[in-house]
Amino acid sequence: MERVITGQAHVYGDNVDTDRIIPGKYTKTLDLQSLADHVLEDLDPDFRGRMRPGDIVVGADNFGCGSSREQAPVALKVAGVSVVVARYFARIFYRNAINIGLPVVESPTLEVETGDTLRVDLAGGTVTNVTRGATFPCTPMPPVMLNILAAGGLAPFMKAHGGYEGAMHDGP
Amino acid sequence: MGLTIAEKILSNHTQETARAGQFIVAQVDAVMASDTTAPMAIKAFEAMGATRVWNPDRCYFVIDHAAPAPNERIAGLHSLMRDFAAKHHLPLYDAGAGICHQLMVEQGHVDPGMLFVGADSHTCTYGSVTAFATGVGSTDLAAVMATGQIWMRVPETIKIFVDGILAPGVTAKDLTLAIVGEIGISGATYHALEFAGPAIETLSLSSRMTLANMAIEMGAKAGIVHPRGLDWPGADLDALHPDPDARYLRTVSFDASTLRPKVSRPHMPDAVVDIDDVVGTEVQMAFIGTCVNGRLEDLHAAARILEGRQVAPTVRLMVAPASREVFLQAMMDGTAQTLTRAGATFLPSGCGPCVGTHNGVPGPAETVISTGNRNFKGRMGNPNAHVYLASPSTVAASALAGRIVHPDAAGAY
Repeated sequence: MERVITGQAHVYGDNVDTDRIIPGKYTKTLDLQSLADHVLEDLDPDFRGRMRPGDIVVGADNFGCGSSREQAPVALKVAGVSVVVARYFARIFYRNAINIGLPVVESPTLEVETGDTLRVDLAGGTVTNVTRGATFPCTPMPPVMLNILAAGGLAPFMKAHGGYEGAMHDGP
Repeated sequence: MGLTIAEKILSNHTQETARAGQFIVAQVDAVMASDTTAPMAIKAFEAMGATRVWNPDRCYFVIDHAAPAPNERIAGLHSLMRDFAAKHHLPLYDAGAGICHQLMVEQGHVDPGMLFVGADSHTCTYGSVTAFATGVGSTDLAAVMATGQIWMRVPETIKIFVDGILAPGVTAKDLTLAIVGEIGISGATYHALEFAGPAIETLSLSSRMTLANMAIEMGAKAGIVHPRGLDWPGADLDALHPDPDARYLRTVSFDASTLRPKVSRPHMPDAVVDIDDVVGTEVQMAFIGTCVNGRLEDLHAAARILEGRQVAPTVRLMVAPASREVFLQAMMDGTAQTLTRAGATFLPSGCGPCVGTHNGVPGPAETVISTGNRNFKGRMGNPNAHVYLASPSTVAASALAGRIVHPDAAGAY
């Protein structure tokens, strides 16, 4: 897991729901590449062609609301999105992203526009807008989530530890 | 300091008293996954190196989201679920049995006081029987399948207090939409909702399910209905009452008696208005079904309006009973006949057009009025369609008129 991630921002508004991240008609598959092919299709049809691996998706309030489909963070991750930043996330999406090893960061005060370069310091808990030369704090992530993220997701975490014992209070 | 219903139930599933803000590892009573989420959960379960399901009797698989299979790819996913269920001796409800949430309650898999984790966001529906039920994704579910445990932050609770009594023609769905409109799409994010008050106590189980179902449309982790008025023989419902000095984040009050029928406009469930604001909007498709409004009570409401009449020639009316049991009851009491005579097309029991996979995808620029719970852009399979959400009465009356009308306009009340 990269601790410092730098990439170009694609900025969207409030309430980006999971149907907009990956429409339900595409979710019934285990071909993860096919999910990436349709990521954000109904929100920003040009995103897939325009984005480069390592780019950063930025939402505002309540990113990932709606369905529990884990296909939503998977589609973003397989497409090459390195981290998602938002003021705050819908709870199921937030858990799902960490569980599949896609970093997500809550930064309530971030100022950014599409095309800006962001540097996200996961361990330090900051987002820096490199283009504008300003740094913003992140809402701290609970220790259990840091542990799961550090393991690369919940599946490798469970394979290594077999349960949550000892994972609730001490960070990685 | 007393406990909310959510804190009481979670306290019963962990070693310590669970208070809002604490991080706990809780012992789960039962889990469920559908054909949207089970295939990825199976892959995650295997990636965890797990070999056996912690409690096979309490791990339910349901094939409902794209059922029967509309294509070869999805048929393969269904086979994967059947093979895994057979290998691990899990109960599986196959295509046509019904919608997962309807089945869990109707088939007796949920009891008051339970902690239920489902790989579908509308798992919150079981709050209708005063269970703590929450939706998760596939990998979280796989971890519960392997260990019987889940970590969570104990949520703060927002109390929804509903006074008065619903007027004739105004349904639990109208009340639910009113609450969603007031709280907003993210107003309860990370929190639990607790529904209480005189109007709630008189609601049927079916109506309680409608109410709890849309807790996720406010971002809530769980939506729990106060047990007063719940008919559940054998359960110690008194033990699930919140303490008088329980601490709530806030209380939001509603008066049921002054409510008008409500409609949610495209493309956000919380874009709720009084029906008067959208009366006259032409519709080409009407859908009665889903986990929020596909039960017998809902089909009865539609039949009262459609009895002896014909749906407008410009409208396609689809009906998907929430389960085979609901369909059977509707056949036996004549409701299915009434709706079919009026021009309705019955779909297999399941999620049907609500998730946009098959069985009634709207055309471009078409407008749908649906009893469903979500109208996000593209939700029903076409990003260029417009979806309005309403009660079964409003949907039936609008199907007759070919445009959105007040249920009163159909003269049934």
